[in-house]
Amino acid sequence: MAKVLMKGNEAIGEAAIRAGCRNFFGYPITPQSEVPEYLSRRFPEVGGTYVQAESEVAAINMLYGGAGVGKRVLTTSSSPGISLMSEGISYIAACELPVVLVNIVRGGPGLGGILPAQSDYHQATRGIGHGDFRLLVLAPASVQEAVNLIYEAFDLADRYRNPVLILGDGMIGQMMEPVEFPPMRPLDSLPEKPWAATGMKDRPQNVINSLYLNEHELNAHNFKLKAKYDQVAREQVRFETWRCDGDLDVLVVAFGTMARIVKTALADFNAAGGRGGVFRPITLWPYPHEQLRETARRAKKVLVIEMNTGQMIDDVRMALGPDREVGFFGRTGGVVPTPDDVLAAIGEVTGKGAAR
Amino acid sequence: MKAIFGYPKSLQSRTTHYCPGCTHGVIHRLVAESIDELGLRERTVAVAPVGCSVLAYNYFNCDSFEASHGRAPAVATGAKRCRPDLIVFTYQGDGDLASIGMAEIVHAANRGEKITVIFVNNAIYGMTGGQMAPTTLPGQVTSTSPFGRDTELAGWPIRVAELLATLRGKAYIARVAAHTPLLTIKAKAAIRRAFDLQRRDECFTFVEVLSTCPTNWGMTPNEATEWLERNMMPYYRLGVLKEPGDFVPYSVERG
Ligand SMILES: Cc1ncc(C[n+]2csc(CCOP(=O)(O)OP(=O)(O)O)c2C)c(N)n1
Ligand code: SF4
Repeated sequence: MAKVLMKGNEAIGEAAIRAGCRNFFGYPITPQSEVPEYLSRRFPEVGGTYVQAESEVAAINMLYGGAGVGKRVLTTSSSPGISLMSEGISYIAACELPVVLVNIVRGGPGLGGILPAQSDYHQATRGIGHGDFRLLVLAPASVQEAVNLIYEAFDLADRYRNPVLILGDGMIGQMMEPVEFPPMRPLDSLPEKPWAATGMKDRPQNVINSLYLNEHELNAHNFKLKAKYDQVAREQVRFETWRCDGDLDVLVVAFGTMARIVKTALADFNAAGGRGGVFRPITLWPYPHEQLRETARRAKKVLVIEMNTGQMIDDVRMALGPDREVGFFGRTGGVVPTPDDVLAAIGEVTGKGAAR
Repeated sequence: MKAIFGYPKSLQSRTTHYCPGCTHGVIHRLVAESIDELGLRERTVAVAPVGCSVLAYNYFNCDSFEASHGRAPAVATGAKRCRPDLIVFTYQGDGDLASIGMAEIVHAANRGEKITVIFVNNAIYGMTGGQMAPTTLPGQVTSTSPFGRDTELAGWPIRVAELLATLRGKAYIARVAAHTPLLTIKAKAAIRRAFDLQRRDECFTFVEVLSTCPTNWGMTPNEATEWLERNMMPYYRLGVLKEPGDFVPYSVERG
């Protein structure tokens, strides 16, 4: 298929359709509103339904209903909206329902701002709802990668019967890039869901439920979920290394679009005789702790750069242990670090500058 | 020998956890009989609330959801929009539906979701031990209105059926009670009609059932029945508040 030039949010909508999703439930919020706008136009052409929910609380519960009857369902939102979905996400994880969620992160806390940020890292990987559960969290760095990850997210959600969260930032949603779409999944090729609540004819009752009044049953349920998360952690760790061969003056750890800016800066740094590489986790959960530890062995310095005040750095510290010094540079609230800002930060930790 | 009475197919044959004299059990049966009579069981999905009927999936003999507190109409919306061929109903208490879940019920009704909502109004929070509900009557003593509901501080009890009936869309909205044989027959007719309208893909359907909570009202079952009759029925008038035939279409010209 030929490449088309498309805005990230619209491409996310189209990728979901390609993956066999025909039901979207959501509530408008900047900077993700182009997803529902695109789908409300496009769904009638492919036989899908778009429901504008009364709130994010309602939207996530509509997802619960739609996933529970066995359909591929999607919602997209941005930071405050995801906070409102928190209880529902916990129910969905507890009931092991496959859903795909997209957070086009904006600056917080509170109403914050509408510009790109990465300040929901902790929420996504640690605290998106009450109870003992995990989401698969995927962080694309380009519109093409967002398309590929959305397409795959529906399969991952079905395979593990778990919610999958795509953590993008306002840049992913708003920028236009050429993309190539994967083929349309025939709906009859989607996996069977024998556990779904679809009406009981000649089988026992299916119940989508997270209530376990007996403590031993709830304990067992939690350890069953834990075993699944352990399996995901063994099978799904993804990351990219860029210019990480040989010994490095500096290894920069960054995710999402921030990693692209870092690459631009490091290209200059390396051209000026420095040796710098990027480690970019693609799965934020499960986090590539071991792979980062291995890569960082060959680096004199490690620098974390994020569009927040330091959240992923916790995972980097966990990977590298207490003895390893980890530098940090961050900007928040929609202030996107420029390649020059990044170069300056690299200069500070390495003592080497690069003229631009 | 021919059995002339037994468990409806749509009920599982097990003892419920409801207190003696609680009308939740009667209402379950009316729902199950209606589903049976319309031949809908094999494609029906129930959505249980958070409240005393949280375990309704253990009693209804059909595929089910247990929803988070107040969100059953949103869950039902998701299920029905994804599988319009299913018959989807919610079963909700008054704290669940009229307090925390008010936005979800109003908007599901307003969108005209083709679901059936069974709203069990017992004027109190049963499950959490008898706190004031949005439906608690003026002067009614509960554990969080120990001197009786003060309408100056807590507002007036919400008449949900009337409120929903003001919405512009097509709907069937009725209020019934199930504490006497005659009223129970009428309640059954309303519930059955609601499911039948859903079966015919007509409109949003809503049946409010006045219900007793002898335990948290602090009464014997007989006293509770009398109390419902004397106090709830004058404020919550029984009857059909809206018929789908009342609907008149309207649309602006396309610009
Ligand atoms: C988010 C949330 N808030 C509060 C509760 C606690 N809670 C459980 S049941 C209930 C009230 C139920 O009352 P009602 O809906 O009137 O049903 P009844 O028990 O009377 O049948 C509350 C407040 C909860 N489970 N979840
Ligand atoms: S507490 Fe009240 S509503 Fe709950 S089962 Fe007992 S009588 Fe029924």
